[in-house]
Amino acid sequence: MKKLVAILLTLAVVATVGAQVKELRVLLANHPYGDLLKAALPEFERVSGIKVNIEQYQESQLSTKLATEFASGSSTVDVFMTRPLQDAKMFYKNGWYQSLGSYDFSDFPKNALSVVTFGSKTYVVPLVTEWEVLYYRADLLKKAGIAVPRTLAELETAAGKLNSPEVAGIASRGSGAAAVTQMSSYLYNFGGAYLDKGRAVFDSKPAVEAIRYYGRLLGTYGPTGVTAMSWDGIMPIFQAGKVAMWTDASVFYGQIVDPTKSQVPAEDVGIGNFPAGPAGNSPFISVSWGMAISKKSPKQDLARQFLDWATSADMAKRGLAAQITMARDSPWLDKTVLAKVNPSLVATRAFAAKNGVPYDRPYMSAVGEARDRIGEVIIESIDTKGESAKLEKKAADMAAKVDELLEDTGELGVQ
Amino acid sequence: MVKTGFVERNLRILFPLPAALFVAVMMAFPVAYTLALSFTNWNLTSGAPPAFVGLRSYSRVFAESRFLAAMGRTFLFTALAVAGEGLFGIAIALVLDRRFAGKGIVKLLLLLPLVATPVAVGIVFSLFYDPTIGLADWVLSLVGLPKGAWVSGAASALPSLVLVDLWQWTPMISLIVQAGLAGLSPEPRESARVDGASEAQILWRVTLPMAMPTILTALILRTIDALKTFDIIFAMTGGGPGYASETLNVLGFKYSFQYFRMGQSSVILVVLFLVVMASSLGIMRLRSGSAA
Repeated sequence: MKKLVAILLTLAVVATVGAQVKELRVLLANHPYGDLLKAALPEFERVSGIKVNIEQYQESQLSTKLATEFASGSSTVDVFMTRPLQDAKMFYKNGWYQSLGSYDFSDFPKNALSVVTFGSKTYVVPLVTEWEVLYYRADLLKKAGIAVPRTLAELETAAGKLNSPEVAGIASRGSGAAAVTQMSSYLYNFGGAYLDKGRAVFDSKPAVEAIRYYGRLLGTYGPTGVTAMSWDGIMPIFQAGKVAMWTDASVFYGQIVDPTKSQVPAEDVGIGNFPAGPAGNSPFISVSWGMAISKKSPKQDLARQFLDWATSADMAKRGLAAQITMARDSPWLDKTVLAKVNPSLVATRAFAAKNGVPYDRPYMSAVGEARDRIGEVIIESIDTKGESAKLEKKAADMAAKVDELLEDTGELGVQ
Repeated sequence: MVKTGFVERNLRILFPLPAALFVAVMMAFPVAYTLALSFTNWNLTSGAPPAFVGLRSYSRVFAESRFLAAMGRTFLFTALAVAGEGLFGIAIALVLDRRFAGKGIVKLLLLLPLVATPVAVGIVFSLFYDPTIGLADWVLSLVGLPKGAWVSGAASALPSLVLVDLWQWTPMISLIVQAGLAGLSPEPRESARVDGASEAQILWRVTLPMAMPTILTALILRTIDALKTFDIIFAMTGGGPGYASETLNVLGFKYSFQYFRMGQSSVILVVLFLVVMASSLGIMRLRSGSAA
């Protein structure tokens, strides 16, 4: 009897060891590319024999979750999606990213890599880029006899003509911190910037002019309650046909024309280049999402295998075919893939890639708080329809606050 | 035998020990840890390890105008919410204290807001308040009133949030007060009636004073909760527009999880802890006074 028990126990131990699977914990965003990876995951698991446990979070929750787990020193995350412009500086400083020494980055635009490279090492593989575009209701513009605005002056005139009690002439993000990213193209086209040589410069004359313009445009022709709106507040009212034009990131086209959610037919929604300003036309084109390996992960090899698959050219092609604006160059050169993408979207990408700026926010570690501070100036401008006599002072005060943040984090004056 | 003797001799300590340990680990430790962090400059965005800085984090937070404004808003929100909920809650409880047909159904309906999850409530009310496609403005327009900005307006955001809190938590006050009223002995009221007191006099001079300990208990519970309100505010406005509905709890969250200033965020949470503690003690003192 004892022998039998011993044999059974030995068998059980052998079976348990044999059944131990190679496992990874991967944190993804609630983003179309996160969904695509999740759906394609069985292919990777079958080939690699690695079991991947996926967790998906909304973008700000993901940053919070990662930061708190990493800060606690007991994280079990192996691979994760990350927002380079929001997270990278802080994550790099705290040593949470593993460097990706041997990764082949030749298929990526140089300016996309510039925000994820520190010193001579690159830490994040860019996944998705986005740039600012003008979404417009082609039917309403046609009815009013207006051409698609090509300059900010034309945009304001068109917004005025299209504005009515039922339909807002224009929408763009007005909720403080959320507005910062979409305000950036307006800022650049007026000749301004958020930061220059490691100092806040959004109180410069052209920058304040841009903020005034943005406030006048949204305060006068924007939807009611625009200062409480991010993209998710504008989306339903655009889909309900209550907005004539909307400047926002290129990623939303698929959602806007989703027939299950939108009352506006796809053929009535156009996409155009962001309008030019007095200083030219250089809208933002930034890496909105990338993928990285946790430095603390004890399974570096398995993690790298997953990262290679999830960021591969093949997956990027699938992403673009699903209307996700991928960071790699090769899908944008593949005619069979491009045949599935809206040609106007392709054209705006080509324009932004050639003329754009790789930042849509102040690129700094304390970006969360800096966005709130800049948001205060934007809200003041919208609330007063761009007329505020205090705007210059407010901008200067907030620039000083952002400089303080840069100083706190040792980034003041550092390019 | 010796062991049994030890256990028997120390039953008084051993039996409550697990509960005491639980309280120490789950409640006392987080408070103590937050207090300890509040004396550091821990800031994840700097990448530097936390260092003891004495009261410097306190002085920086106290000098920040957003902090004082958030403190004021916390008190304003609590005062408006608890006053409204107290008033309506007691009124509803007095109505429910009488017999009428369909009372059971009314009580059941009153329970519904209490069981709804706050974030779901927040999302539903956000749609309700939407200035373009929301129901609230449509209702106002039906009766000829101008549209309101609700949570989208800087001045109206906090009162609009108070309305949601009223909707959700008035039933709790009315249920507690009603339980208190049901437990009151009927004799004093009957003798007042025999002595010729009017219904209003009975209400003000007899019923309410007798029910006061219960009413104050309900108000204490609500005050503590209202001071700490986070979910509906975060789900509906995130503290905005701008900072118009930013309370201490929301500011503490932002400092921790959006700005990653852990030291200063701990200062805000220590202050909130003290505010809640002081308010509770104040009302409890009031309660013991009224009971005497």
